[in-house]
Amino acid sequence: MQGAPRADIRPKLAAHGVSVTKGSVRILDSVNLVVELGTFVALIGPSGAGKSTLLGLLAGLETPDEGMVEKDGVTLTCPGLVAYMPQSDLLLPWRSVVANVSLGLEATGAPRRAARKEALAALERFGLEEFAPVPPAALSGGMRSRVALLRTALLGRDTLLLDEPFGALDALTRRDLQGWLLGVRDELAATIVLVTHDVDEALLLADRVVVLSRRPARVALDLPVDLERPRTMEIETTDEFVRLKGRLLESLGVATP
Amino acid sequence: MRLFGVPAFLLPGPSAIAGAFWESRDLLLRHTGPTAGEAVLGFLVAVIAGALSGLLINRSALAERSLYPWLVVSQTLPTVAIAPILVTWLGYGQVPKVLVVTLFCFFPVTVATVDGLRATDPDLVRLMRSFGAARWRIFFMVEAPGALPFVFGGVRLAVTYCVIGAVVGEWVGSSEGLGFLMIQDKAQFEIPRLFAEISLLSVMGVSLFLLVALLQRLAAPWTLVRDR
Repeated sequence: MQGAPRADIRPKLAAHGVSVTKGSVRILDSVNLVVELGTFVALIGPSGAGKSTLLGLLAGLETPDEGMVEKDGVTLTCPGLVAYMPQSDLLLPWRSVVANVSLGLEATGAPRRAARKEALAALERFGLEEFAPVPPAALSGGMRSRVALLRTALLGRDTLLLDEPFGALDALTRRDLQGWLLGVRDELAATIVLVTHDVDEALLLADRVVVLSRRPARVALDLPVDLERPRTMEIETTDEFVRLKGRLLESLGVATP
Repeated sequence: MRLFGVPAFLLPGPSAIAGAFWESRDLLLRHTGPTAGEAVLGFLVAVIAGALSGLLINRSALAERSLYPWLVVSQTLPTVAIAPILVTWLGYGQVPKVLVVTLFCFFPVTVATVDGLRATDPDLVRLMRSFGAARWRIFFMVEAPGALPFVFGGVRLAVTYCVIGAVVGEWVGSSEGLGFLMIQDKAQFEIPRLFAEISLLSVMGVSLFLLVALLQRLAAPWTLVRDR
């Protein structure tokens, strides 16, 4: 039943047989992915497999050569309907932290004053108001990621697409931000698709892990993660976690002990 | 200078220059105004023309192929040689001088604008698109401010040319300005005053440069700090 839409749950976001070819390289080969309302799906795969390409399609930033992407049952033809967070934080050096957080709102035409006020409120909610007036150059890597995540979340869209948001961070900061992300998710009640190359991260956060194969990418495994929530780091030592991790590593083609 | 036996009438000492300045201060200051006006006006026109042509070249492949080569050609022609033609066409007023200044100054701004816009991080544009931002908002919120460090580099280069441009314009044909005075003083062998005029032009150039630097500090302070 991999990737098959289930009649009982409404799909928030769905890719139906999408294929992408760049030049002579086939990157995605009729990939099916259905993300149900309110679920957290992690997308993993070998590097260069086309995870980011798939995310770009789901964001409406690119259009597939074959197949189609649907949001709420309607074909997605333009960006701006889901929130998207790229790999690097892309904070603007000429904007203060609060102005960076409000960038998305201002980009969609919200009045500046109202957008800044909302951004400041969001920073306060997450205890970051002291950083509001400083330029992003003064922030640490973890702080920059938080600001970028808030910028994405502030759009208030019901779907969040995150492209390896914590890839460049050290392990401790990463843990910190993973917990933070779950907090943001609860607050927004959002549907999330997270691209990652970290199997532990995928299992710790997601309701489902979708594994893409090597290029040209197809869905190699669609694994439900039925671990209880809230999940803490201790869960990584449970038998169930180890079993799931084994299956993921196996499908990724990594030898398991 | 006296040590090397250079006669004072060829290379006057600083005191002689200062003396000449003080004696003719009214005359000199009266002629400073027009030169400064031409330099500043021509410079401003150059910044606007440079930024617009740079934008056009960045936005349109057709403009890049058709306009860019001609702009380069315009820079290989000696502006000194074009100046007399401009005076012939446009008369002895302020316009030809302003135009000469513009010719001297616009090209660095054009090149800097083209490079600055080209240096925009494509991921940043992608991010803005993901927000659902309109094309013009992406330009004003991301591309234009991102190009500013480059543009200011070109503007700082351009401002150093504008005084030279004004003097060249005046040499070709004028009835006022420091360039006009220089021609007269050279003919009348007023060497100390000639040096006073050169000093005045130098002060003018440096002041304009500092003014631009100050403007950059006020308008775009992030361009002066190292990011990351």
